[in-house]
Amino acid sequence: MTSAIRLKLENIVKEYPGCRANDGIDLTVGAGEIHALLGENGAGKSTLMKVIYGVIQPDQGRIVWNGHEVRVDNPAQARRMGIGMVFQHFSLFETLTVAENIALSLPPDEARNRARLNQRIREVSERYGMALDPRRYVSTLSVGERQRVEIVRCLIQETTLLILDEPTSVLTPQEVSTLFATLRKLSKEGCSILFISHKLEEVRSLCHTATVLRQGRVSGDCQPADISANDIARLMVGDDTPISTQVTAAEPGATLIEIRGLGWKSKDPFGTSLSNVNLDLHKGEIVGIAGVAGNGQDELLKALSGEIRTGTGTITLDGVNIANLFPDQRRKLGVAIVPEERLGRGAVPDMSLADNALLTASGEGLVSRGLVRSGRVREFSREVIRRFGVRCTGENNTAGSLSGGNLQKYIIGREALQNPRLLVASHPTWGVDVGSAVAIHESLVRLRDEGASILLISEDLDELYQLCNRLGALCDGRLSPLAPTSELNIEQLGQWMAGEFESGEVAHAVA
Amino acid sequence: MELIVNVLAATVVAGTPLLLVALGELICERSGVLNLGQEGMMLMGAVAGFAAALSSGSLLVGVVAAIVAGIGMSLLFAFMAVTLAANQYAAGLALTIFGTGLSAFLGAGFVGSSIEGFSRVAIPLLSDIPVLGRVFFDQDPLVYVSFIAFAGVALFLRYSRAGLLLRAIGEDPEAANANGLQVLLVRYLAVAFGGAMAGLAGAYLSLAYTPLWTENMTAGRGWIALALVVFATWRPERLILGAYLFGAASILHLVLQGLGWKSSTELLAMLPYLVTILMLVLLSWNPARTRLNTPLSLGQPYRPGC
Amino acid sequence: MLLLERRPVPSSLMRWASPLLALVLTIITGFVLFLVMGKDPVEGLKFFFITPVSDLSGLSELGLKMAPLLLCAAGLTVCYRARVWNIGAEGHFLMGALGASVMAIQLSESSGFWVLPLVLLTGVLAGMVWAAIAAGLKTHLHCNEILTTIMLNYIALNLLLFTVHGPLKDPFGFGFPQSVMFSDSALLPALIPGTRLHLGLAFGLLAAVAVWVLFARSFIGFQLNVVGQDHRAAEFAGFGVRRLTWFAFLIGGATAGLAGASEVTGPIGQLVPQVSPGYGYTAIIVVFLGRMNALGIVAASALLALTFIGGEMLQIAMHMPKAVTGLFQGLLLFYLLTCDAFIHYRIRRRKAALQPLSAAVTTASQEA
Repeated sequence: MTSAIRLKLENIVKEYPGCRANDGIDLTVGAGEIHALLGENGAGKSTLMKVIYGVIQPDQGRIVWNGHEVRVDNPAQARRMGIGMVFQHFSLFETLTVAENIALSLPPDEARNRARLNQRIREVSERYGMALDPRRYVSTLSVGERQRVEIVRCLIQETTLLILDEPTSVLTPQEVSTLFATLRKLSKEGCSILFISHKLEEVRSLCHTATVLRQGRVSGDCQPADISANDIARLMVGDDTPISTQVTAAEPGATLIEIRGLGWKSKDPFGTSLSNVNLDLHKGEIVGIAGVAGNGQDELLKALSGEIRTGTGTITLDGVNIANLFPDQRRKLGVAIVPEERLGRGAVPDMSLADNALLTASGEGLVSRGLVRSGRVREFSREVIRRFGVRCTGENNTAGSLSGGNLQKYIIGREALQNPRLLVASHPTWGVDVGSAVAIHESLVRLRDEGASILLISEDLDELYQLCNRLGALCDGRLSPLAPTSELNIEQLGQWMAGEFESGEVAHAVA
Repeated sequence: MELIVNVLAATVVAGTPLLLVALGELICERSGVLNLGQEGMMLMGAVAGFAAALSSGSLLVGVVAAIVAGIGMSLLFAFMAVTLAANQYAAGLALTIFGTGLSAFLGAGFVGSSIEGFSRVAIPLLSDIPVLGRVFFDQDPLVYVSFIAFAGVALFLRYSRAGLLLRAIGEDPEAANANGLQVLLVRYLAVAFGGAMAGLAGAYLSLAYTPLWTENMTAGRGWIALALVVFATWRPERLILGAYLFGAASILHLVLQGLGWKSSTELLAMLPYLVTILMLVLLSWNPARTRLNTPLSLGQPYRPGC
Repeated sequence: MLLLERRPVPSSLMRWASPLLALVLTIITGFVLFLVMGKDPVEGLKFFFITPVSDLSGLSELGLKMAPLLLCAAGLTVCYRARVWNIGAEGHFLMGALGASVMAIQLSESSGFWVLPLVLLTGVLAGMVWAAIAAGLKTHLHCNEILTTIMLNYIALNLLLFTVHGPLKDPFGFGFPQSVMFSDSALLPALIPGTRLHLGLAFGLLAAVAVWVLFARSFIGFQLNVVGQDHRAAEFAGFGVRRLTWFAFLIGGATAGLAGASEVTGPIGQLVPQVSPGYGYTAIIVVFLGRMNALGIVAASALLALTFIGGEMLQIAMHMPKAVTGLFQGLLLFYLLTCDAFIHYRIRRRKAALQPLSAAVTTASQEA
């Protein structure tokens, strides 16, 4: 029965200079099927999605849509055919309203009558349990609400195949279950869903079928409900990569950092302000901060690194208030930072690894009387590469030429070699291959065991539960209470991520 | 009273070239492209307009030639900044340096020639309104063109789908591309519109304001227009106010001399430039104020799929 | 169909080949231009590029024009490396010339070895003050430096015009807007006796060496590079972006100020309205053409110095407009930027794509 097959890909090949992102991929999605596409970062998932959605053209292969071979020239055509896509990085315009955003992706004649469009947006969003006000500006919406705009935008165009790229990574656990309810309803109505993820438990609970990619090829098809997460993980990474770290229990020592009443007012109308953050960090422990992106994580990191110095409150490191010190002064006192953006902040893309060592490690005797001691810089850089297993041809490689995982190992190594007393790491394994993630986790635990305090800011709850001995969440610039990981269940943490904790009123409840 | 009316009318005249070129640049910047080549495009418009009008005897032909020259220059810029994704600052500077050189080169033979420029055409009824009639409706035809251009740009940005598209692309070309919008095409059109308006502004200088050609006759107006767009925080309503404000600043020395106030011409000639800096200071000292309307991708090279 | 495709790594060959390619394209365009104007292109190009440097006096004239270009470009290199878009070298230059002239006229009765250094120093300081205005406007009031420096250029020019028409005007100058001639002790010594070539060129070469040391060896040069390539990384590293911005501006002001001072104390010997034929603007081209590199800007300043002399030569010998200089400079920059695109991109033929099946699309979308 060809009519039951909505999309069939045969032998899709897409090559980029220096890499074969898709190497002969076959994929079949039936009508009403929720189909998972699994794989590590760099396995070729995104490329394949872009091929289906017409963002890029494959070099070889056939796309069969409802029994007809087609060529998808651009996203507009894909949408006309009934394919909708929600990117991981939303393609919404902040300065426009919800309705304007949706109007832009509709054919002009459908978008002309704004009142009717608003009505349709309300209808669709209510029908699928995703309340939305079409007149609000996107800049005022939370990340979860923005995702709804993206999904409603697809549904309003009678989509029969909805592609979702890592949709749960930006949601609280409660929001995830709301989303899944919506997706199940859609599937019952016959809409096919292609669900891209690397979170195996989610895939097992939601998806009917799964295709696993590894290094641009299909490494297996399965029914995820029937096999274990471990087996799926093996399909993703192959046999020789360790899948997870064994983390020993922490033995926290004396208090190192005391943050009291930390506040900061954002000058940016779209930015997040910090208010009354209180936090203690002990030597030899990893404290985790959960939260949905954009709730003050970056601001907290900057307040600790010294990029923000204009706040209120105190940050005491071993009895010294460092809240007004510059980043380089704090670094001398043993503060090391691993920012979320590896390229463009943690490292300069077009500079060599050696120069990137100089970026933060100049205090390690790499500069003398204003002149760079390039021999020492190279030596330090080589040391990082060797000790942290960074895969590259040498310290002359540019930072931008390394894979995400390798660059992250380099950055963590650069900070770790400076023997920090406090390490703040933001999303250290985001977009990193499993092998590197394990190595990074091991480095963090090793630092912890050497007596450093580690503050781990992450959206990945698995990672937080695995590594941290205490957990809290940031919401709208406020920090929840912290609880020992073993006593904190995921529902409670989810409520904290949504802002449901004491200290003032709840910022915004989740519908 | 008579003096005030005349000064106001002269203000509108002096503000018109700024308004024309700034409207074009506003549209261009709203698409995310910063074209620092306004001065070069204006000069080319001025020389082309003057040469065409002189040889054909028709001012209209001059205006058309100026617009064509402006568009031609802007397409050179678009090729570098949009197609080749070159640094927009450098490409804009190149356009100004090139336009200054080329216009001086082409215009060398026209220095000293003169033509009969545009004359005032009073609009019936409207020009009879006291004060405002003389100030706004008893001017040369290009001033009326600037009014129409202003209304067109304002309405376009606020109400049209294409205006929405332009704003979206200026905010986030990546997202626009993911939505299937034609980023490069729209940017080309926006740059070309900027070129047409700069050419027209140049023609206004050489065919109406002072109907003759001299090297560098724009005297920094292209740059002032760029500042004006920042001052207007990318909103046309503020732009028109700003343009007339600068118009007033640039004729102030004439007024003062008319009043018998003795001061050096050179010192007073600094005034528009000082006012420009002052305006930039007033607008820029608080970055949050300009943030809301700034096209977020302004000045950043973008190529889809790279 | 031709496709522009990003290279996996930027081409370092193209980085250096690009200026040469741009020069070749400029010469080809010049050739065509001469043909169109009905002049002998070979003759024209010879007058432009070869005749000016065919003897010692020609070479010394070249050095004379090179000096201000190289000095301005050295300062701008520091600025542009840090992505401080200072277009104000012309203004710094004019203020340097004005400041030096004021001091030289003040000291016209004095003589001694200290007069000249004092005059030059005043020029340097005047340039720095002018640059400091733009620096302050940028770091404390967030004003775009391109616009402020351009405006300051116009203000500086009018200030200079005001002084030569007013307070500094030579009372016995037959009404010409120019200052008195400076005394000998305020004049730069000649570098090669018997020519007009003066110490200014040595200043320029020293500045280029200083730029080399700064960026090849020093930590502050590294910091400037980081600020330029990646603002957020610089803030993350705590490099003091404000401090570095000031540094870049002040160096830019100092070198251009020195260039202005050297010009009035060198070949001119007095303050005149036309003290600069646009050196400050041309220096921008020098920096880009010289790849923001010390050796590069030395070569590029020589080439652009040639365009000034070549333009004059064509005016005299072939009755071409003097504006041909500006035209060549503009073309050169234009071609350079175009060629530069191929550092990061390359052209590839689009591969034969899949068969279009528009009919299938329509039926498919109807069924959907």
